[in-house]
Amino acid sequence: MRDGLPIALGYFAVSFSLGIQAKDAGMSVLQAAVMSLTSLTSAGEFAALSIIATGGSYISMALSQLIINLRYILMSFALSQRIAPETSSLHRTCMSYGVTDEIFGISVKQPKPLSPFYTYGALLLAVPGWVAGTALGVAAGNILPDNIVSALNLALYGMFIAVFIPQSREDKHVAFAVLASMIISTACAFIPFIKDIRKASPGTMIIILTVLISLVFAILFPIKENDDVSQDSAEK
Amino acid sequence: MSNNIWIYITVMAVVTYLVRMLPMTLIRKEIKNKLLRSFLYYVPYVTLTVMTVPAIFSATRSTASAIAGFITALILSFFKKSMILVATVSCAVVFITELFIH
Repeated sequence: MRDGLPIALGYFAVSFSLGIQAKDAGMSVLQAAVMSLTSLTSAGEFAALSIIATGGSYISMALSQLIINLRYILMSFALSQRIAPETSSLHRTCMSYGVTDEIFGISVKQPKPLSPFYTYGALLLAVPGWVAGTALGVAAGNILPDNIVSALNLALYGMFIAVFIPQSREDKHVAFAVLASMIISTACAFIPFIKDIRKASPGTMIIILTVLISLVFAILFPIKENDDVSQDSAEK
Repeated sequence: MSNNIWIYITVMAVVTYLVRMLPMTLIRKEIKNKLLRSFLYYVPYVTLTVMTVPAIFSATRSTASAIAGFITALILSFFKKSMILVATVSCAVVFITELFIH
């Protein structure tokens, strides 16, 4: 539970900026809080807001959540191998709610086997931080001076950068993929016609680019056979 | 198309939860397919990058402060600082930059 405290504080700051954007997308305090409580995913919620703001379809919403949160499949796999095999399905079902980048990060540093109660303890602090931050962001976003809101808007992106840059240092193929993504994604904001699709539905654009770029890299630079992905991330 | 926000929230919750829950409860053996594993390996990094660039440059009041924050985040995360630290310090840099230009 102690390990959950820094996460809760960080969540609070980031979800606050998420809340400000939720308000812009037309959500009420209650809606934003329920969204954060039930989804508990920064990148997913962030993409969802752009879909809600532009009135995208439910299908594109489902697809965007699936693609953006695909990484949880890997984390969930990795954690599944770290909890005691006799752990009940009920515990597994409850624990899986807590698969987030940050809780995964602290969980894999615990000695094996991972106790379900470790996850619950971390969640007990992190979830209220996340939900309260979102709710306050919606409620108080327009009370804060512009320059503070402007600065807070960068928080989410800062968090994203803190995920893809360290891995780029570890693996030059990831670095290459990140660089390619930056260039292609920026280009799509300027190329005529593609630019219009992006404007109409940023969520769809994210899905298309993610699938295409990841697929090309998976074909060109497959991971090494003995280089097990779940094991890899579990070792960090 | 006018859509209900509550339905959006429900769709999000269901999909996100299933993505987390199914691997942990049902699939206990490893994925063998190399292409699929490689694809899953790249997805998180690509999707986060695509979401960040170029959107980050219009996230703040001025492109200049966004660039300052972006560069700060790049440098800090290159030295493997924690997510929270990267996020807070980059916000602070945006704030300070804007003090100078506004």
